Amino acid sequence: MKKLLLSSAIALTATGALAQVDQDAPQGGEMVVTYQDDVATLDPAIGYDWQNWSMIKSLFDGLMGYEPGTTTLRNELAESHEISEDGLTHTFTLKDGIMFHNGREVTAEDVKYSLERVTDPETRSPGAGFFSMIDGFDTWNAGEGEGLSGVSVTDDKTVEITLSRPDATFGHVMALNFASIVPQEAVEEAGEDFGRQPVGSGAFQLAEWTPGQRLVFEAFEDYHRAGVPKLDQVTFNIGLDPTVALLRLQNGDADVPGDGIPPAQFLQVVNDAEYEDQIVEGGQLQTGYITMNTQMAPFDNVDVRKAVNMAINKDRIVQMINNRAVPANQPLPPTMPGYAEDYEGYAYDPEAAQQMLADAGFADGFDTELYVMNVDPNPRIAQAIQQDLSQIGINAEIRSLAQANVIAAGGEEDQAPMIWSGGMAWIADFPDPSNFYGPILGCAGATPGGWNWSWYCNEDIDQRAAEADAMVGDEDGREEAWRQIYLDIMEDAPWVPVFNEQRFTLHSNNVTGDDSLFVDPVHIPVNYDYIYSTEAQ
Amino acid sequence: MWGYLLRRLFESALILLGITFVTFILLYLVPADPARQIAGRSATAETVANIRDQLGLNDPLFVQYWRYLAGLFQGDMGRSYLQRAEVASLIMARLPASLMLMVTAIVTELIIGLTIGVVAALRRNKPADHSLMIFSFVAISAPQFVIGILLLYVFAVQLGWFPIGGYGTWAHFVLPSVTLGLLGAGWYSRMMRSSMIEVLNQDLVRTARAKGLSKLRIVTRHVMPNAILPIIAMIGIDIGLFMSGIVVVESVFGWPGIGQLAWQAIQRVDIPVIMGVTMVSATAIVLGNLLADLVAPLIDPRIKTK
Amino acid sequence: MSVATDPAARPRKPSRARVVLGELLRRPRAAFGLIIIALMVFAAVFAPWIMPQDPFAQSFDGLDLMGAPLPPGGDYLLGTDLLGRDLASRLILGTRTSLIIGVVANGIAVLLGAGVGITAGYFGGWTAAILMRFTDLMMAFPALLLAIVLAAIFQPSLMIVALVIAMVNWVQMSRVIYTETRSLAEREFIQVQRAIGSGPIRILFKHLLPHLLSSIIVFGTLGISTTVLLEATLSYLGVGVQPPMPSWGNIIFENQTYFSTAPWLVFFPGLLIVLLALGFNLVGDALRDILDPTLKGRH
Repeated sequence: MKKLLLSSAIALTATGALAQVDQDAPQGGEMVVTYQDDVATLDPAIGYDWQNWSMIKSLFDGLMGYEPGTTTLRNELAESHEISEDGLTHTFTLKDGIMFHNGREVTAEDVKYSLERVTDPETRSPGAGFFSMIDGFDTWNAGEGEGLSGVSVTDDKTVEITLSRPDATFGHVMALNFASIVPQEAVEEAGEDFGRQPVGSGAFQLAEWTPGQRLVFEAFEDYHRAGVPKLDQVTFNIGLDPTVALLRLQNGDADVPGDGIPPAQFLQVVNDAEYEDQIVEGGQLQTGYITMNTQMAPFDNVDVRKAVNMAINKDRIVQMINNRAVPANQPLPPTMPGYAEDYEGYAYDPEAAQQMLADAGFADGFDTELYVMNVDPNPRIAQAIQQDLSQIGINAEIRSLAQANVIAAGGEEDQAPMIWSGGMAWIADFPDPSNFYGPILGCAGATPGGWNWSWYCNEDIDQRAAEADAMVGDEDGREEAWRQIYLDIMEDAPWVPVFNEQRFTLHSNNVTGDDSLFVDPVHIPVNYDYIYSTEAQ
Repeated sequence: MWGYLLRRLFESALILLGITFVTFILLYLVPADPARQIAGRSATAETVANIRDQLGLNDPLFVQYWRYLAGLFQGDMGRSYLQRAEVASLIMARLPASLMLMVTAIVTELIIGLTIGVVAALRRNKPADHSLMIFSFVAISAPQFVIGILLLYVFAVQLGWFPIGGYGTWAHFVLPSVTLGLLGAGWYSRMMRSSMIEVLNQDLVRTARAKGLSKLRIVTRHVMPNAILPIIAMIGIDIGLFMSGIVVVESVFGWPGIGQLAWQAIQRVDIPVIMGVTMVSATAIVLGNLLADLVAPLIDPRIKTK
Repeated sequence: MSVATDPAARPRKPSRARVVLGELLRRPRAAFGLIIIALMVFAAVFAPWIMPQDPFAQSFDGLDLMGAPLPPGGDYLLGTDLLGRDLASRLILGTRTSLIIGVVANGIAVLLGAGVGITAGYFGGWTAAILMRFTDLMMAFPALLLAIVLAAIFQPSLMIVALVIAMVNWVQMSRVIYTETRSLAEREFIQVQRAIGSGPIRILFKHLLPHLLSSIIVFGTLGISTTVLLEATLSYLGVGVQPPMPSWGNIIFENQTYFSTAPWLVFFPGLLIVLLALGFNLVGDALRDILDPTLKGRH
């Protein structure tokens, strides 16, 4: 196990440095991926769960994208991307001859249409807020005006996007699924059903969708990158419990279980020599944490929050979930720029924690509640946390509820004193440190119905976050600024960062490719476009 | 008879109306805000307000309910908040699979359950009765997830007789029907046994015995028709259970039924889908019970439809 | 109503209880059932004194290095669960919750269902129409949704989950009893009673009920298994007992996906549920034989 962890850590640093895509990989063949849940939608303006996220990435392209298997930005549909000196004007030029699946060429007008569609209030896109830095967003998104004034088409191939404030994350925003380019005529023809009849310019096109059973993606012949995708066809079988998905894989009926290795069979599979070469481990841009509501006594006392930070035995929790995670000590995950390598965090020390609690006036501890989503292993983790808290005299009652109920409780200022975030935890939308701040730690998220469940709002830090995001062009300075922000947040201790989940992707011997493709940070579970078949010529 | 039927259909419509009302109120009481679910975690307060506005979630409860009813009467069940597709099409895509599994599972339960019940009643208090009793209790108490996976492992993976889950051919029906049927068989076998014993002690059987009729004839002609009455009532109930409560079996076998749709919708407060599925299963339950009440007098002529 | 469906509990003549109990103990199967029930009640009442270990302690040595639970044997009689807690102790403590659900909540549901069914079946007409359409309504009622709403409004408690179970579980019973009563009510022996002017209460309890006892017993005993498991589903949605409090149902529910790697976590609680239901079934069958007029003296 330990060896597995180490070797993959090396693999990660290597892939971070350079993309390892085998250009000579053979073409052809097919792959079968299984999922338990039905696919909600394939509309890039609407799909926002990890299952359809990577499917949409294969069906659609945006102006920007990522090098396969990495978090390195690259031009996707854009031939070039120029930024003005003040960082406010971004000029994108499209590549020549990019085709939509319906056979029409992609033009600059499509870019404008797509951005206006996703920010149009009538689209009800969950991603609209990401584009708030574009000039004219506020009026257009409020349902006024005629389109996004900040987006203008200069010629067939060129789009100029003006921002209302400089924003270093804009490149990542244009690589989000929400910024995918869609053809107006297809959207209008399908209406609300565009999510069932998607037309994009991605490497695959949708060939079949039988609800509740399967989806079939076929390679798009006119894709703008030669030799991509590698596979002719990807079939998604829907509705299968992960345990059954594993049986199918063992029987040769499936290649990648999309929901991962079921926790109950995890040890059995990783300890089985047969699967040694078929499991790829990688990091995830994810942190699991406990929130403490800073507006509710006694968690309004920073010493109480620090004491809780010292009371949690993270190693034990990680052991309990079969070492499928690494202990965390700060909000950012280790693979995120801005992660503080040498920060030590709050070490596990129940005696010191109890002392600190006593000094804060809670020598006898106190009663509180710990909210948790009801899907395994989260109630188990909550029970481990409960036992740790009881060591220092805190009696936490567990409220194990359906996801929607926990989210609703977290969005109330006075309802949930503590929440274990598992199952709802933050997974980055894009690999940038700012993405772990705004909605979950910033003042903007500390509103009724928001996701800042600590109700932590430090205006000084909010100010510094805004400044850091405006540092366009100074990558190192910006990274350092964010690093300091998260370390200062830890001084206020609104969270107990508990662990960063590791990904373990199992795949059959029929498909192969660089390991990084199987733990691609932006394509979960795998990068469908670049994986290839061992049976292809 | 026809008057009775008409009255029952009218009453059924009232019940369904009641169900829509109760469900609507419950959904209104769920603290989770559907607009938040749609907006996702990165949305601004304005975006959420806009979505609430567009879906009419700011209107008073009765206005919303009236709007829903008005749509329903025009055959419009609305669109899913999360999938954006029409609820009617989402349900119709899954209904055939649910209905067919329901039929095969009920046939399976009846075959296994009635056989066991009859044998146990005729061998009352003998070893066969005892082993069958234990079988029935185990079938009812065992988690369906475990039964399903075990059946898959033995008959699909090891023996390769059936596919590992999925939907399409007759072979796909066998294992899910058996998994579902075992639970029902447990119930039916116990019901059948007890009502057989009840009938066996009645005068008509004694009379038949006295007349010297053969045992087989007594059982098939006199005992079983009388004993099957409670089973008819059970089938009506079963129809309801199958329409709503087979999430686990659907998930284990990758069965594209409406249980999965309902479960996912409930967890994510997708109100139009929850309403739609509740309506469909309520209709099935009400009709199932109506059917049971209509069939009962045919089986037992003493019952009058009043 | 409850008086008559359980004659052993409150007999008309004080000596009758002893007679029935004596009858029961004379029958080996019934005596076996009584012993099972008595043992479980004993375990529930005296749980704190008979648990071998602390049922909440997540022992460091309760998991192996990879975090897998320990099989039966050694320090832990029935093995440990996924948090390294002693399974035997958790099962003993869980008896409390599961008995309340399986016996009390389920018992209320059975009595309610039998009462509604017998009343509707005997009187027919508008009484039946109203009662049975109400039953239909309750059967079609989205119980899981109700659970989610209750979970959000109330603090979770055993009381609420017991109420929900009693509220949703009586309907099946009432449908079956209704259908049977409709048939029985037209039989000669009931018609004769009506003709000689017996009051409805007397007919219901004295003449109808004995014939319905077997169905009631079947439902009552089988309902034990289903309600104990239903409790786990409802608790999962947040209305019932919350972790770390054990119940047989939630131990099965939480661990069922682990049955191939840690079968003891599913097998032992499942065995207890079967035993409890069997125990009640054996006693119930014997009771029926003792009380059923048509069977008198046939053993």
